[in-house]
Amino acid sequence: MSDADERAFVEALQSGDDAAYEKLVREHSGRMLAVARRFLREEDDARDAVQEAFVSAFRAIGNFEGGARISTWLHRIVVNAALMKLRTRRRKPEESIDELLPHWKDDGHPEATPGPWSPERLLDRDQLRSLVAGGIDRLPDSYREVILLRDIEELDTAEAAEMLGISTNAVKTRLHRARQALRETLDPALREDA
Amino acid sequence: MLTCREFADFIMAYLDGDLPEAQREAFQEHIGICPPCVHYLDSYKETIRLGCLCRDGEGPPPEDAPEALVEAILAARRKG
Repeated sequence: MSDADERAFVEALQSGDDAAYEKLVREHSGRMLAVARRFLREEDDARDAVQEAFVSAFRAIGNFEGGARISTWLHRIVVNAALMKLRTRRRKPEESIDELLPHWKDDGHPEATPGPWSPERLLDRDQLRSLVAGGIDRLPDSYREVILLRDIEELDTAEAAEMLGISTNAVKTRLHRARQALRETLDPALREDA
Repeated sequence: MLTCREFADFIMAYLDGDLPEAQREAFQEHIGICPPCVHYLDSYKETIRLGCLCRDGEGPPPEDAPEALVEAILAARRKG
């Protein structure tokens, strides 16, 4: 959709055009559901998050000023809705990430010596995607949500911090640990000598 | 001289360009003398790259949302 077409489409939404609303839902709900599924393990929760996101979007459309693409705006709204839903589903107490992190000897050397990886030689693209998604799913929620926001949904550190209600330093610390833990879970399958 | 553990702790700051000059030099010195840490650094970067495979646009296009969900969203709007 060109910029001019998108402006006209937003104006139709803002004037309450039923056909524009249906087009908005049909064109964006599939992608939004894919986003929600990355955050939420239960399909019903993912669908609820998408519905709640659209309800929020319908309420806020009058204030949409076109500074961002409507797809980007909806993406932020569904990520926020998924995070809210995740909060209500959070397992308590959250498991520690320590078991997933690398282990170190007292002298600062690793207990397991790192070796080279050959992901594309060992697995095809679908297998890699499945392996990575499974690894992310093993992370404790507070780390999983940070790696999803930063590395998958491509929010910047400040945006992620605002959505999660934590400091930018906390985002950076959690992201580094989440990446380290994900690296550990991928390592056995991706090492050249696997 | 950094230990391997300190090297691992500093990786993200190094990649983001956030390490102070002295620590950056120590980090780069460690790269020159510790092949296992070079493998660790490479696999950390690979982990970030592979995460991109889970993004929209990197895999098959998302399926349309189920019709029941579309109808529920449109019904929610009609209810106001």
